[in-house]
Amino acid sequence: MAEEEKDFIFSDICVEENLVYRKPVTLTDTELHYCPGCGHGVAHKILMEVVDEMGIQNEVIGVAPVGCSVFAYHYMNVDMQEAAHGRACAVATGIKRVQPDKFVFTYQGDGDLAAIGTAETIHAANRGENFLIVFINNGVYGMTSGQMAPTTLPGMVTTTSPFGRDVKVQGHPLKIADLVASLPGAAYVTRQSVHKPVNVRKAKKTFQKAFEYQKRGLGTCLVEIVSNCPSNWKMTPLESNKFVEDKMIPFYPLGDLKVPEGK
Amino acid sequence: MSKKLMKGNEALAEAMIRAGCDAYFGYPITPQSEVIEYLSREATNRTGMVVLQAESEVAAINMIYGSAASGRRVMTTSSSPGISLMQEGLSYIAAAELPCLVANINRGGPGLGTIQPSQGDYFQATKGGGHGDYHLIVLAPSSVQEMVDYTKLGFELAEKYRCPTMLLADGAIGQMMEKVELFEQMPRKTEFPDWATTGKPKNGDRRIITSLFIQPEKMEQINLGLQRKYREIEKNEVRFQTINTEDAEYIFTGFGLGARICTKAMESGRAKGYKIGVVRPQTLYPFPVEIYNQLSKKVKGILDVEMNAGQMVEDVRLAVRGNTRVEFYGRMGGIIATPDEILEYFEKMFL
Repeated sequence: MAEEEKDFIFSDICVEENLVYRKPVTLTDTELHYCPGCGHGVAHKILMEVVDEMGIQNEVIGVAPVGCSVFAYHYMNVDMQEAAHGRACAVATGIKRVQPDKFVFTYQGDGDLAAIGTAETIHAANRGENFLIVFINNGVYGMTSGQMAPTTLPGMVTTTSPFGRDVKVQGHPLKIADLVASLPGAAYVTRQSVHKPVNVRKAKKTFQKAFEYQKRGLGTCLVEIVSNCPSNWKMTPLESNKFVEDKMIPFYPLGDLKVPEGK
Repeated sequence: MSKKLMKGNEALAEAMIRAGCDAYFGYPITPQSEVIEYLSREATNRTGMVVLQAESEVAAINMIYGSAASGRRVMTTSSSPGISLMQEGLSYIAAAELPCLVANINRGGPGLGTIQPSQGDYFQATKGGGHGDYHLIVLAPSSVQEMVDYTKLGFELAEKYRCPTMLLADGAIGQMMEKVELFEQMPRKTEFPDWATTGKPKNGDRRIITSLFIQPEKMEQINLGLQRKYREIEKNEVRFQTINTEDAEYIFTGFGLGARICTKAMESGRAKGYKIGVVRPQTLYPFPVEIYNQLSKKVKGILDVEMNAGQMVEDVRLAVRGNTRVEFYGRMGGIIATPDEILEYFEKMFL
């Protein structure tokens, strides 16, 4: 195709009435550092789409964790704070307590939220801190390249469970969303995934609900995303999504664990 | 101005409220639990200030991080073991250049130690404490009145330099009762600095509070920036008190409660005809290097007295640069030296 022809076609097609998708203004133009096939990119996108669609970009403060999503603030075009490892829920408590009219969220992985930050997570939810916790669970430490996480499945191979996680030696996977759901302060706890388009759409709706509940001051909302890690699972993106479907979801079943009363 | 008889910890809490503090996050620990108790009774009703008992000192200092990065005036208090738990958070706060005030009502260590007063945390307070190259501004109150005055000053310095600031007192100053003059209630802030995360401005860039700069060249620049700030603080904020140094042949020195005991010992010494003066650093960081250096050229010796195994004395010796003899007398484990034993030690060592 000649150059002039291409230009003609693009300018003809790229018009407002043909628009089916536009990157939300709540995402920056920075290139994601995530590995190909990783669920973080999708989770970032739907979270920021919700912020955009709700028109709350100027009222949101996010907290990034330590882990693969440590640079979430490079991509999310909202005010953000970078927390120490595991302390995102304490940092978010500090933010929300002095800015109760703002929307606050944390974005944390399994190591951050369910290992080193367990106390902060449980106590924030137990106080009913009125913010959203986004919890990405891929059963492995991604940033430090593949060590066992608190959520690593029994028998799953990681660099620190090279013979498969032996629950008698290394303990059991921690279902922290279930723990949080048992606390009176938690308003909404749900487990979702982003490995299929239908799940992406469902997960996005839960973010919207969570921000709405936050607006109504109902208490802590936790959205767990059961996700993948192609690089550290040593799989192709497709294989990793199949692992999510076949292994992760049976152990971490999707759906609401707690919904606000009267909903 | 009202004058009241108050306990050190309660005076500190009252000063915090009056300074227009927006939020306090803390965790009970002896000998400073009166602070959070007093605030829980008084603060929220009076000024709307947030008072929250955290699940740990680790959580408390990270709540401070979140509120400080929201541009608010914030404070936490603890005692030695709890302050150790806060070191990680303080390193992040220093790196992210967030203003906050932390009081350490020092008790005897190491370990769980004792609940009795000590000055064993001088190194931790003045040399950084957590990981990386950073400093806290450190103020050393030696009376209940200074617990009040330095709370106000501490907030001002923290905000002026975007630098975490510490009041390093000890269990005795926290627990003792003295008459204090309180300053009038100040209003809480209604406007917040541009760098604070209060929601992305409609026509401006988002704000990011972070201590992560993965490129070494950038991280070096961040460090150089911090060091420039510390040089500025060292230039502008040195505070100390001298008593009877004009004709002094010997100097007693110490900080906080130690300085008060030194002063008493100096008075007893003067009564016996010894020409003794006292130097009391009010800022431990920045350390008043110059006054020691000046005096070291004219005195016969310096006796440094601390409630530890000899910590500030290292800074005194550095400041003196070998110009005069520096001796140390200290008690540890929650024992407070008496003026008599200090004078006796002085006589033994110097006369």
